[in-house]
Amino acid sequence: MPAIWIIAVILVIATVGYFLARGRALASAGSDPRKMHSLPVYYGTNAAIAAAGPALLVLLAWLIAQPLLINNSLTQYLPADIIGDAGETSLAMADVNRIAGGLDLVVAQGAMTVEAAKNLSVETTDVRAELAAVGVALGADVDAATLALAQRYRGATAFGNILKAVAVIGLSVLGAGAAYAMTNKDFRARRYVESAVKMLLITAASVAVLTTVGIVLSLVFNTIEFFRAFPASDFFFGTRWEPSFSGRGGNSDLGFLPLIWGTLFISIIALIVAVPVGLFAAIYLSEYASPRVRSFAKPMVELLAGVPTIVYGLFALLTVGPLLLSAFGANGSFHLGWMSGGTAAMTAGLVMGFMLIPFVSSLSDDIINSVPQSMRDGSLGLGATHSETVRQVILPAALPGIVGAILLAASRAIGETMIVVMGAGAAASLSMNPFDAMTTVTAKIVSQLTGDGEFNSPETLVAFALGMTLFVITLALNIVALYIVRKYREQYE
Amino acid sequence: MTLETADITPPATPSGKGKSLLTQDARTKKRNAAEIRFKAYGIAALAFSILFLAMLLFAIVRNGVPAFTQTFVTIEVELPADVLDKNGNRDIDDIKKVSTFGYNPLIQDALVAATADIETEVADGDLKKMLSSSAGATVRNAVIANPDLIGQTVEFELLASSRVDGYMKGRVVREDLARDRNLDAAHLDIVDALSQTGGVTRKFNWDFILGADASESRPEQAGMGVAMLGSVFMMLVVLLLSLPIGVAASIYLEEFAPQNWITDLIEVNISNLAAVPSIVFGILGLAVFIQFAHLPQSAPLVGGLTLTLMTLPTIVISTRASLKAVPPSIRSAALGVGASEMQTVFHHVLPLAMPGILTGTIIGLAQALGETAPLLLIGMVGYIASNYPDGIASGFLDPNSAMPAQIFEWAKRADPAYYERAWGGIIILLVFLMTMNIIAIILRRRFERRW
Repeated sequence: MPAIWIIAVILVIATVGYFLARGRALASAGSDPRKMHSLPVYYGTNAAIAAAGPALLVLLAWLIAQPLLINNSLTQYLPADIIGDAGETSLAMADVNRIAGGLDLVVAQGAMTVEAAKNLSVETTDVRAELAAVGVALGADVDAATLALAQRYRGATAFGNILKAVAVIGLSVLGAGAAYAMTNKDFRARRYVESAVKMLLITAASVAVLTTVGIVLSLVFNTIEFFRAFPASDFFFGTRWEPSFSGRGGNSDLGFLPLIWGTLFISIIALIVAVPVGLFAAIYLSEYASPRVRSFAKPMVELLAGVPTIVYGLFALLTVGPLLLSAFGANGSFHLGWMSGGTAAMTAGLVMGFMLIPFVSSLSDDIINSVPQSMRDGSLGLGATHSETVRQVILPAALPGIVGAILLAASRAIGETMIVVMGAGAAASLSMNPFDAMTTVTAKIVSQLTGDGEFNSPETLVAFALGMTLFVITLALNIVALYIVRKYREQYE
Repeated sequence: MTLETADITPPATPSGKGKSLLTQDARTKKRNAAEIRFKAYGIAALAFSILFLAMLLFAIVRNGVPAFTQTFVTIEVELPADVLDKNGNRDIDDIKKVSTFGYNPLIQDALVAATADIETEVADGDLKKMLSSSAGATVRNAVIANPDLIGQTVEFELLASSRVDGYMKGRVVREDLARDRNLDAAHLDIVDALSQTGGVTRKFNWDFILGADASESRPEQAGMGVAMLGSVFMMLVVLLLSLPIGVAASIYLEEFAPQNWITDLIEVNISNLAAVPSIVFGILGLAVFIQFAHLPQSAPLVGGLTLTLMTLPTIVISTRASLKAVPPSIRSAALGVGASEMQTVFHHVLPLAMPGILTGTIIGLAQALGETAPLLLIGMVGYIASNYPDGIASGFLDPNSAMPAQIFEWAKRADPAYYERAWGGIIILLVFLMTMNIIAIILRRRFERRW
């Protein structure tokens, strides 16, 4: 019985349970809801939850666990030379699964009877062609051993499915029955329903934690895999980044230094643009601007924050790059010859700086506004000019918060992807010239994972190690920044 | 930082004799000048940001607007029955047997006829370079849709090739064509002559907004429609998952969670997730949904799941803010008349917080709609989105692109005609984002209550 039918049956049981329990509760109170502990609805809902909740959970767990268990138990029957190699084992098992699934499909579409599929033999039938006819493509012809395993898999699955249907539906009936048996007018149905709802809320809240766990696990496992294939010291201290996708790896240089160099270089250019401009804009907006100017200019600056990064990337690639090239290139207006292509650290850095302006300015604006008015009044009362007040009283008071804002902006810059993918070029270099093409950690994550490399080659896995370092760096920056900002806020609240 | 006391304490000698208070002494002048300078820096910074915004918008509009018009060549194509329907029985299967190549000579004849009055050195066989290579397919589709056309001479508006289109838009100039195999300068003379008689026209191009992407060699045919559908399906996934999960999580954290380390952990977690680079979510999506769960690559479902995880923190943060804004008196009143905590939240607090929650959700969705980096990793780039999904299931599960991914794809292609498409795509994307943000602002203005 397919899972969808089991779910349908469970829902029917839940609905029946709902009405039965509700009726029983009403009957026990002599059809007078005022004598009941909870509203009638809760008695019904309680039974429905008891019928559906545990059963659906078990079903879900079963659906995930069954294929894993069957695969595990079948792996030992694979030819001895395959078992040692994890990659080949998983390939062979994938083949087995695909053949088994394909055979089920053949039977479901009526191209073969159940008996015929069970007694299939490689000598008499072209299994590959049969499966291709129903849209299951196989890489190679099927040999007898694999077919036998596939048949075993089908047998085990069929048995498991029957067991699953019986267990889950039984559980559902049991739940509904228990809830029904407990139902009478004094039963505290609402409490049970509400605690079930609360469980649901807690589950939702833990999705955030699960996401983090997922990020960490997916990075950690693949990173470990990478360091098994590639020495860690060569990764962290290598000065050359030259992955080769031609062979099966082995002669690639996967040095991390040029990438982190490019990342920091571009981020620093971006911060040199964004911090002064954003800070001065924030000071002007919060200290000098009239309400009319403020109500016009603040949304304008914040509009920059709502623009997707792909737009900035295209702007860097097609507008800023050529513009810079026409100024600083060999044939440029200054005949400097500093720049040889439109994509360069400068291009990406400048555009990223523009992108960060609203980020720095709105954070600083908040922080400057939270400096108590009494400090301003005190300074102005002593005869300081407005700018002296800002420079000598407000900024020192707001400094920790502003540093926090800059750190947050830096973590943004380091993690930014589209602008550097499109604007910074692809060559990894340890150059000092800001007009040279450079590349960053994020850009290389993209290029290594979108290439045609095998998934378990070091050239692909290196992306996870890069992602891990990126995650650690930005996380550290964020934690420090949030700590500073929070600490500072407490000071004046 | 030490206070520069010298600047603000009064002069040491208070003998102001013979000096008017109205004349500024040197130090006051200096201080006032510094004041003006400081203010000027602020204005300059603000002007600089707004100038950049203006530049960005100007670049988008100037480069993108031409993508919405396209050059068409109007010619009268003769559709002889003896070529297109050899058996003469108008059987649709027979007509379908004639491939696009069968139509190309007919189009060439029509072009020769159309340019008969124009003196040119272009060989008859080269005339078709003026048209998109999709012209044959266009005529064939028209004939298959309406077999009665066979035997008549029908006027067709056919897509001009991207070079001709570029010439009409001023992107391609004659000097460029010297090294170009796709078109000669002599073709442009024909185009000039034809455009005077109305044979070559520029029209609004709905196919750019609604059409499918085309192969690398036919930029004139490429459109955003399929990628737009991909984005719509992705946003459906994001909305259906992130709104309920986000709201449930916020309700728990804001209304029920006890103050303990687990709650703290979840809160710190959420604020940190909001700052994790989007590319890391792409890695997560690749590892969990594709590598581990074996969901199909490039599918909007996977894109939607990945973006959901990315959008959740935004939605949780804004939902919590709007739950917090509901005054405690509402809760006390509900509890006071005998509602349970759960009833208080779901019957009273949540409906009052709903406008704020929806505003936050729309803004989160707008963010997800423009996000590109995670989509690169789950394979939504490099895929030519040329087929519309057949239905709901195929919309979620079949490989597709998404608007930002499609723009990136166009920007990567070699033909400069695609750059125009990329800019135009950005206009479409920004129109979507603006609409969503305006809806959010209207919602906030109309329904937000001040307590």
